[in-house]
Parts: sequence; structure tokens; C-alpha cells
Amino acid sequence: MAAPTMDRPAADATGVPAVQTLTIAKALNNGLRASMEANPKVIVMGEDVGKLGGVFRITDGLQKDFGEQRVLDTPLAESGIIGTAVGLAIRGYRPVCEIQFDGFIFPGFDQIVSQVAKLHFRTQGRIKVPMVIRVPFGGGIGAVEHHSESPESYFAHTAGLKVVSCSNPADAYWMIQQAIDCDDPVLFFEPKRRYYEKGEVDTTAAPGPLFASRTLRTGSDVTLVTYGPMVRTSLEAAAAAEEEGRSLEVVDLRSLSPLDLAPVYESVRRTGRLVVVTEAPSESSISSEIAAKVQQECFYSLQAPVLRVTGFDTPYPPSKLEEEFLPDLDRVLHAVDRSLAW
Amino acid sequence: MSSPEKWTHPGPDAAPATAAKPTAEQVIAGLRATDEGGADLVQLLTPEGERVQHPDFDIDITAEELRGLYRDMVLVRRVDREANALQRKGELGIWVPLLGQEAAQIGAGRAMRPEDMAFPSYREHGIAWTRGVKPTDLLGIFRGTDNGTWDPVETRFHPYTIVIGNQVLNATGYAMGQKFDGKVGDADGEATICFFGDGATSQGDVHEGFVWAAVYDAPLVFFCQNNQWAISEPTERQSRLPLYQRARGYGFPGIRVDGNDVLATLAVTRWALEECRQGNGPILIEAFTYRMDAHTTSDDPSRYRLSDELELWKLKDPIERVKVHLVKQQWADHAFFESIEAEAERIAVELRDYCVTLPDPPAGRIFSEVYAEGNHVLEAQRDEFLAYHAGFAGGEH
Repeated sequence: MAAPTMDRPAADATGVPAVQTLTIAKALNNGLRASMEANPKVIVMGEDVGKLGGVFRITDGLQKDFGEQRVLDTPLAESGIIGTAVGLAIRGYRPVCEIQFDGFIFPGFDQIVSQVAKLHFRTQGRIKVPMVIRVPFGGGIGAVEHHSESPESYFAHTAGLKVVSCSNPADAYWMIQQAIDCDDPVLFFEPKRRYYEKGEVDTTAAPGPLFASRTLRTGSDVTLVTYGPMVRTSLEAAAAAEEEGRSLEVVDLRSLSPLDLAPVYESVRRTGRLVVVTEAPSESSISSEIAAKVQQECFYSLQAPVLRVTGFDTPYPPSKLEEEFLPDLDRVLHAVDRSLAW
Repeated sequence: MSSPEKWTHPGPDAAPATAAKPTAEQVIAGLRATDEGGADLVQLLTPEGERVQHPDFDIDITAEELRGLYRDMVLVRRVDREANALQRKGELGIWVPLLGQEAAQIGAGRAMRPEDMAFPSYREHGIAWTRGVKPTDLLGIFRGTDNGTWDPVETRFHPYTIVIGNQVLNATGYAMGQKFDGKVGDADGEATICFFGDGATSQGDVHEGFVWAAVYDAPLVFFCQNNQWAISEPTERQSRLPLYQRARGYGFPGIRVDGNDVLATLAVTRWALEECRQGNGPILIEAFTYRMDAHTTSDDPSRYRLSDELELWKLKDPIERVKVHLVKQQWADHAFFESIEAEAERIAVELRDYCVTLPDPPAGRIFSEVYAEGNHVLEAQRDEFLAYHAGFAGGEH
């Protein structure tokens, strides 16, 4: 979030206070509302997004205010949601699809990788597919299977898609609007276990670019790179490390495809050490990509190998074991210790 | 055949399509029913070139119009045969033959208005022709120089879709957009038509398209070309029910038309599109036809079907029956047929010349238009590759 400026107005044109304290959920709701008000071609579609307001209430009240033609309660089939959104996008709409839970995106996978991702390339730009696919992702809510996964690497691996993840209310508010404005299809990963955490949202300050990482905390000993739900964990780890006299830098990637690693390279050249923190499994993942690129770009600066703290290369476990599966503060600090001990 | 009106809103007491589980023989008889066996088959021109009446779908056709349909079919067949030959000569990597399906495609294509939108699969060379897509624009896909070079916005003919059934959902969404835009319900209405094969009806996307189109009353004609074979899998591997009867389960009309009869296909599709424009869609049309050639040039149909079957369908040739009718009616003379043949030959030569001179795309095409708004990671990769490539061009390697 950009730093407040002295000439910032106290409220926007409608009298809404410029700075509000919101949950990520409410910030997303407000962001969707702002996009729908600004552009009549923006439509929201998915299972239960209308009357119910979505299973996480992210679309709460939108159907009441924008009608059933702009907030579509759809039949229950993810390929149908995404495949029809493609047609609507070709027709000139800007659909925002909600996939109820991460593990349910796979029935729509074919449409995403075969059509959503490739139509622009295939037609040499004659067809654009400006659509957003919102995916509440990750674990930590005690859910049954298929409700806690981190499938973002599948999409980052596919050319033609852009993949982002917000980690705080201010980003949630702005990034969803920027994703909707983008002429490319965007997979928008929302950290579901952070939905109800609060933060300040400045609705008047101009947001930074969507596809850019951001350094949230500066430090000199070890760089932590993370995104989504692990941002808070990483910031807590950095705070705890500080008490032990260690200075950690924390970079929130925000954009997973394209990756904006320039600030990471810059950071690693200073700290000489990198720990990547994600809750997705590590094999052939975004964390793999970061490790590969950082060793390529910062080889002579590294004082230790790039280490990763991730979920395991297993199916997401039953919820009574998820605390073991998910990286926590101790696992992050352990990796920091290993890096520094090299 | 019930009247179209009766099909529009099947009531809860409508008779079930099958009263009891049919025997295997009954299933096959129903699936393979043709004009000899299928009471519901809409036909206006018999394989012998006889004009027959139909209570619901009869149309007035002038001599000029019928000559035009004949011309279309002959030309697209010639294009298809030339492309097939070009593949055999090694000029195309693969070709997907149209042979035998000319009437289904020309009938459906000529039923469209310019403002309607078409979503093809990958065998719709005849539909492409009716949308004003140049046959040469099809070649890039099969020669490997591009992914189809026609403008889908200008022609209102979507790019070919290779993944079976994907386009059915895309078409459904597009048709929903037409409805949301208020383009349905009056004389200026728009409709969408979506093409897929009998094999595609087994795909989830097609089922979901049926569901979506029904619940949103999308102005969409589902046009299934049942050419009897999904590569080597026959229709009875896709369904135990004639495909058109599946529509009833989704709550919209399903009609089987003789897909080798260009007049019947034109009449039924014209009616279906108009129903959609008026807000009475969606509608499923099963065009009952036959793929006379291989699935693609990589296929060998002699391994899975009998030559007797092919011989039987040759008797139902979609072009010959129109020719016979034109002659019987004295609507066309020898000079007309010769002029069409000459025109077909000219187009074939153009296609051949174009194909063999089609340049390979520049190396930068790999990176071209992957994104609408760019991607700095990809752009860096492109720049590195082009610099590397330029090194060879400079003669240093």
C-alpha cells in the first residue's frame, strides 16, 4: 500500500472515508462493487454467488444491487462457469468467476489451459479474454479434503495466464479491480484463512502496479520471499527473529505469473541468503522457480543455498494434521537458522 | 415428426423417449436410422433427387438458390479434396476431411445471417466457406504456419477448436451475452450456432453447455453433425439413445435432419435460428450424415468399418442428389455444371499455389501475442532468443 500523503482527501466523492479498516473479505467485496459500478460489462458468476453472497460472502449484496443478470447464480459445474465466461468475454463482457474452493478448479482446468490461456495467442490478438477467476485457496480452516489446496503453480506454468495473490485488505481491494481491468485472463488467488483479518484500506491513494512484488519489511541478514496466506506467517517470523537479533527482509510476491523478482535479486545481493515460504508442495512449483532464478542471477552473492519452507509433496492431509503440513513460524525460523549456519 | 411448436416446451407428462431399456439391436437400429428407418428424419430431397414435402419444414426454393447451394457444395468438396491431396504430397502436416458432410455444412451455414455467430469444431470447412473465410486461411493450421488466419470478429466465425467440446461452452456463453445485450426477441435478433460431432456428445462440456443454454434460455443452436464415427468409435459407443432425443432431457427441442440433404438442413437450421432470435432457444439439431473419408489423414478407417457401409452411403451423396434434381427440374444445363467444375478447378489451383508458397513464420511468432498486456518475463526470454537467433543470421555460426 502506498504511503499516505498530506493532500489525501478524507473521503471519496460518495462520502466514503478514504481510509477504512476492513477485512480482506470486505475489501474484496468493496473492490468488486467498485468495478461493477465503474463498468457495466463486469459480471460476477459462480455457484452461490447471488442470494447467498458466496460461501465466504465475498459477493454479499452484489446481486441485490446489480441484479441477476450481472451476478449469476450458475449451475454447479466449474467447466461450465469458466467455459461460458470465455464466450461472455468474447462478447465484450468482463466476467469474474468464483470457484468455491481451490480443489474444485480442476473440472475447469481444461477450459482454463486450452481456451482461456490460448485464444489471444491463437488468434494473434484478435480475440481477448479479459476474465478473472477467483480462487479461495490454501489451508488452515479445518476443512475436509479438496478444500485446502494450493494449485497456483499449475496456472503459473501455463502461458497466456496471469496469476496473482493478495495478502492484505488494501491489496485485496485494489488488486481485484486491477485484475478485472486487465485485458489478459487473471487467476486471482485469495488466502481464505486470512479473509477475516483486518487492515487499513485507502480507497483514494493510487495503487501500485498489479504485477509487481513488494518489500514489506526491510532487513539485512536473510530474505524471505512469500505470498498469500504465508505473508503474515513470514512477517511474524521476521518479528520473532528480530527479538533474537536477526534482521529479516520480507518480500510479498503478489504476482506469481509473471514473477517480479528484481526486488528479490536486489535483496539477496544484500543479504546473501534466501528462504522461500509457501504452503504449496515444493516439487516443480513457484518456489522451485524462484530458487532456480535466484541461483542463476545471484550466484556470487549467495552465502547459502536457497532454502524452501513449503507444504509437503503429499495430498493435503486430513485437517487434524494440517498444522503439521502448513509451514509455521517455527519452521520458517528453523530454515533461517539453517541458512545463517551455512 | 411432431410440429416444432409441440417441441418447444415439453411438459412433465411428455412420453419418455424410451419406455423401457431397449435391446442392443433396437439401440443400433435407432442410432443408425436413416430415411429408410427413422420416422423423425426431416428430409426434403431424397437420395434419388426427388423433392418431398414435410408438414413443418417445407421451404420455397428458387432455381437460382438451389444452384447456389450446389455450387457451394461442389466448391468446398473440391477444396477439401485438394487439401487432402496436398497432405498426401507432404505439403500439409495433416488434413481433416469434409467429404460427405457438404450438405450438412452448407445447409447450416447458408441458414445464418451475417450478424449470427458460429463456433466450429475443426472439420467445418464448409461453414467457414459460408462465413466468407477464404479456404487459404484454413491452411495455416494444417501446414503448421499459424493457428488459422481468419478474423473471427469480422467473419463471426470463431477459431477452430481442437479440444473436443470446449467450443460448446464458449458458444453458450456468447449466446448468453447476446441475450444479455437485448439482441433476442425481435426481427433484428441475433443467434449463435455451435458445431460439434457425435463423439463430442460424450464430453462433459457439451452436457454442461446444454444445461447452461437451457437455464439461461440462450439463443443457441447446437448443431451436431453425426457422421457416425468418432475416429474409430461408432455412435453406439456414445449413446443408447438417438442423439437428437437427448435434448428432451434438457428441456429444449431436438430434431434429426437428413444431413446429406442440403434443403432439409437449410430449412431446419433456418427455423431453429429464427426460433433463437425470437427468444425460443436453445435447439439441438442432429444432422444425420456420414464421414466418407478418414477422421484425419492419419486415420485408417478400413481397420474399423466395412466397405459395405461406405458403399451404402455413397448412394446418399449430398451433391449428386441436388444435381439430379436440378437436371430433372431443368433448372441447370450442361454449361452450368461445366462452369462450376471450372470454378472449382480455379480455386483448387489457387489453394495449391498458396499452400506451397506459404512462408514459414518468423521466429518471433513464438512469442507474439501471448498476452494482451505483455509479460516482462516472457519479453526478456524473447529478447534473449532473438539475440541468439540474430547471431546465426549474422553468419557467425
